[in-house]
Amino acid sequence: MTTLHIDHVSRWFGNVVAVNDVTMSVGPGVTGLLGPNGAGKSTLINMMGGFLDPSTGSVTLDGQKIWGNESVYRQIGVVPEREAMYDFLTGREFVVANAELQGLGAKEAQDALATVEMEYAQDRKISTYSKGMRQRVKMASALVHQPSVLLLDEPFNGMDPRQRMQLMDLLRRMGAEGRTVLFSSHILEEVEQLASHIEVIVAGRHAASGDFRKIRRLMTDRPHRYLVRSSDDRALAAALIADPSTAGIEVDHAEGGLRVQAVDFGRFTELLPQVAKDRGIRLLTVSPSDESLESVFSYLVAA
Amino acid sequence: MYNPTVARLTYRALLGRRRALILFLLPAFLVLIAAAVRGFNGADDQVAADVLGGFALATMVPLIGVIAGTGAIGPEIDDGSIVYLLSKPVKRPTIIFTKLIVAVAVTMVFSAVPTLIAGFVLNGNGQQVAVAYTVAALVASIAYSAMFLLLGTISRHAVVIGLVYALVWETLFGSLISGAKTLSVQQWSLALAEKVTGDGLIDSEVGLTTATVLLVAVTVAATWFAGHKLRTLTLAGEE
Repeated sequence: MTTLHIDHVSRWFGNVVAVNDVTMSVGPGVTGLLGPNGAGKSTLINMMGGFLDPSTGSVTLDGQKIWGNESVYRQIGVVPEREAMYDFLTGREFVVANAELQGLGAKEAQDALATVEMEYAQDRKISTYSKGMRQRVKMASALVHQPSVLLLDEPFNGMDPRQRMQLMDLLRRMGAEGRTVLFSSHILEEVEQLASHIEVIVAGRHAASGDFRKIRRLMTDRPHRYLVRSSDDRALAAALIADPSTAGIEVDHAEGGLRVQAVDFGRFTELLPQVAKDRGIRLLTVSPSDESLESVFSYLVAA
Repeated sequence: MYNPTVARLTYRALLGRRRALILFLLPAFLVLIAAAVRGFNGADDQVAADVLGGFALATMVPLIGVIAGTGAIGPEIDDGSIVYLLSKPVKRPTIIFTKLIVAVAVTMVFSAVPTLIAGFVLNGNGQQVAVAYTVAALVASIAYSAMFLLLGTISRHAVVIGLVYALVWETLFGSLISGAKTLSVQQWSLALAEKVTGDGLIDSEVGLTTATVLLVAVTVAATWFAGHKLRTLTLAGEE
């Protein structure tokens, strides 16, 4: 049983805070790290992989500190997002080199190449590989020592659907074997299909944690705020507040409209036009007022 | 302290790059010049010393040192592929030491060996000139490799800084300002060459003891510091 613990970790680069006070544990099975591009996923994975020291807080593997501790790499396998990987070698030479650096040999390398089904192209130079082939050779290099923890940064980027399925099967298998598999993605569907557990990172913060049903619910059921302008704001306010889908209404003089907080998103979107029609009120503006959060979540749900 | 896999990856990366062409061109050029000088001028000990001192030791050795030293690690850090070395249970100083050995070996092969050949072509090793400059090139190879390996570890502009040092500092200031001469790998290695010929053909600005101490100190300090830098090297994501 191997568990990664991230304890009150922040990481900043100069004035930019990339990861902000994140606490989470990643245990055996497949965990998805979900968030839009630039949310801090790579920074977090780099800290889990020991390539970046946290500015504050600690990142540990079963109590062992990861940063500055080479011995953890006997247990950790890393699949980086970056493409660069000794292009002048053949796939086989590359995986053999990785095996040797783990104190292993050609046999283990061959097994790893078989696992990712890259034997057919193993004697070609890496520079001739497609993106998906590179990704699989990277996988082989990370699997060669049968690590109990596997960290993958955006592993599905640039893969065609078939390669994606294969990699998902492989990761599922590894999770079922009791390994701790963590991968990052900005695409909800990808994470849903694969991860039994999801951690959501938005703007460097740990936004949510749970299985995909819980994450979906969080994204659709949270309170929504709208700015509404109409031909008769006060009459509309009275009608809306009579319904349980609306939790609060404020008359905003500066904006010349109503600030409405809806708790039942689905019901509210049906109620608002209905109420307006029944009372002969014209709706002039209906716009979500927490635009930034809105866009992030709708992006996560829709992408 | 030495990892054969790291060594293999390093020398294949070094010799497989287009930049490696210079590794072959410069020595070829040196031998060509030596042959031409010998052809037009006949064997002359002073001319031999001038050619080897002016071109081989002052220009070729530092240039090859820059290519081998920075090339042994810089590109891997730049493109991020060093992650495959760093994510292994291999001590970081071992990685640096191994890369230093490879850089030294490459610099020696491509600078000291042609220096020896050129020396024999120029005057048949008269007054030990060829051997003296070969010894100087061997010693300078070690110090340059260590310095430029460190440079490759700490800066993305290692090649440019290395070239400025090699060409501007060593060649230009080294011959104009006396203070700069004391702080010059070229002068330190010349001190050894001077010892080998021993009759005024080769002249160094620094004494043999000072030169030896400085050579060892710079090599050890640069290697230690490079190991330290690699231990705390952070790989920022692409975000």
